[in-house]
Amino acid sequence: MERRTIFPGRLLPILLAAPQLLLTAVFFLWPAGQAAWFSTARQDAFGLRSEFVGFENFSDLLTDPLYRESVGRTALFCALVAALSMGVALLLAVFADREIRGRAAYRTLLIWPYAIAPAVAAVLWILVLHPQVGLVGRWLNRHGVAWDYRLRDAQAMSVVVLASAWKQVSYDFIFFLAGLQAIPRTVTEAARMDGARGWRRFRTITLPLLAPTVLFLLVVNLVYAAFDTFGTIQALTGGGPGKATETLVVKVYRDGVVNLDLGSSSAQSVLLMGGVIVLTMLQFRFLGRRRAD
Amino acid sequence: MATLELHGVEKRFGPASILAGIDLALADGEMLVIVGASGCGKSTLLRLVAGLETPSAGRIVLDQRDITQLDPAARDIAMVFQNYALYPHMSVFDNMAYALRIRGLSRNEIAAQVQATAELLGIGALLARKPRQLSGGQRQRVAMGRAIVRSPKLFLFDEPLSNLDAKLRVQMRAEIRRLQRRLGVTSLYVTHDQVEAMTLGDRLLVLEGGRAAQLATPMEVFARPATVYVAGFIGAPAMNFLPAALLPGGAVQLSGGQVVAVPGAVGSPGAVTLGVRPEHVSLADGGIPLAVELVEPLGSETLVHGRMADGTALLAKLPGAAPVGDQVAVALAPDALHLFDAASGRRL
Repeated sequence: MERRTIFPGRLLPILLAAPQLLLTAVFFLWPAGQAAWFSTARQDAFGLRSEFVGFENFSDLLTDPLYRESVGRTALFCALVAALSMGVALLLAVFADREIRGRAAYRTLLIWPYAIAPAVAAVLWILVLHPQVGLVGRWLNRHGVAWDYRLRDAQAMSVVVLASAWKQVSYDFIFFLAGLQAIPRTVTEAARMDGARGWRRFRTITLPLLAPTVLFLLVVNLVYAAFDTFGTIQALTGGGPGKATETLVVKVYRDGVVNLDLGSSSAQSVLLMGGVIVLTMLQFRFLGRRRAD
Repeated sequence: MATLELHGVEKRFGPASILAGIDLALADGEMLVIVGASGCGKSTLLRLVAGLETPSAGRIVLDQRDITQLDPAARDIAMVFQNYALYPHMSVFDNMAYALRIRGLSRNEIAAQVQATAELLGIGALLARKPRQLSGGQRQRVAMGRAIVRSPKLFLFDEPLSNLDAKLRVQMRAEIRRLQRRLGVTSLYVTHDQVEAMTLGDRLLVLEGGRAAQLATPMEVFARPATVYVAGFIGAPAMNFLPAALLPGGAVQLSGGQVVAVPGAVGSPGAVTLGVRPEHVSLADGGIPLAVELVEPLGSETLVHGRMADGTALLAKLPGAAPVGDQVAVALAPDALHLFDAASGRRL
């Protein structure tokens, strides 16, 4: 049942909603509107003049091979981040669900990475993986692996995937653990008595019952990887080497802030915004279904 | 079909002893009902046999094979859970076929066995449904079917009827008994309901605080309860317990002063508890005076709640619609009295 409160007048509910609406207006509607406006304009590099060009920025983008490459790169990046973070989180959650002793401490430790700022997380990983400074990076080079993620495309991609996934494991873990604990113990026990062991029981009983959680987290992880990883990537590789880790959000920043092509950058933002809206709607649908269950 | 033996089975959770020294032997095809108040350890005992818990001490032997440390998956025991524990994402057919698929039976064999079991239970029309589309009684049948279709060595029932309404419970109770007889599968049945215990069991094991208080046939438990706890648990309405003193020569003196003859009473004089079932209390002129507090006419019988002169409560179950005033006199049937040691609660 939905709870509805009846207010006597109009003023009070408007006042109560005002702060949130104000924040939304200032930090979302205004910049988003500005981006939409800029996306239809072409400006000179000094920002002194701008002319209206309609959808030309968009058509340029869609025919630009560099933009299409970035789309592909972003898709790969999102898939890898979602797969890695969800896989590791599920594994950890299965262990946490089983182990009783020290579970509270284990859980708290696992939640920490989520609270770390993206830039700090990036610095942490630099300290681990830097070819000259990082513990692992130096060890790799000493053992004959030509490790330098600042020079090699595949290595750069694996580093940003690793750092981004690491930050998201906490979030996935909490949801997976809650999902596992919502599975009635007797159902698992019934499967044990029916002769199902280990991996088979997990595949035929646990995983199907966890499916709503998996779907929900998949959307959340894709949104996270596509839009929330800018800080981590920017601090780790800045999108390089070359364009090796230039995902769509990094490209927006590079084209707009670094290369001062505001029109194209704004058009890219508008496209991204469309993507976020679609994914968020999907997310809400899953959330709604979870509640309905 | 198999025999089951428990030898000195114990279970402790930390310092708390849940079960202490349970010895048990079930014959092939026997149905043993484990009964007791909540927290007496009856569900734990069932889970130990199932393999869902490991005993702290003792051995469990199924068909001459020690299964104490065996994984539940390897025991060939089926269990019907209190909440049915059906696989919610599978159809009724898949629920019942699950164990057979794990055993690697062929598609045709599985279909034939599931179909036959479903017909036996009258759920043949429900095979395509999901558990959430079933009523409580139907779920119960599916849970039974999932256990039966495997033809296991042993059935375990963990209060399977407690989530059903009263009418369905009576119906399923009879059906479980019929099926168990027909299939001849050795069974352990846990319940806190004394009617289920009386009607279903070949024998009863009454648990009291993790110990076996009595192991006997239902009628034996009813007629000769081993302790005050057993006497109070089996039979409805519950037995009356009156504080008394044992006199030499086969009689006791109630705390109100009346002397009641108890044929065959032996033992050293001292404090005892006199037990008498409500149905063995009758109206009698010149008997023990009873102040009537409440009369419950049930149609075929009448329950009279009263108090004796010294304040001890006494319940009488009188046949028919007995006319009862504020004050009556009652007699206790001498051949239906039970004497228990006041301190230990054991039968004398």
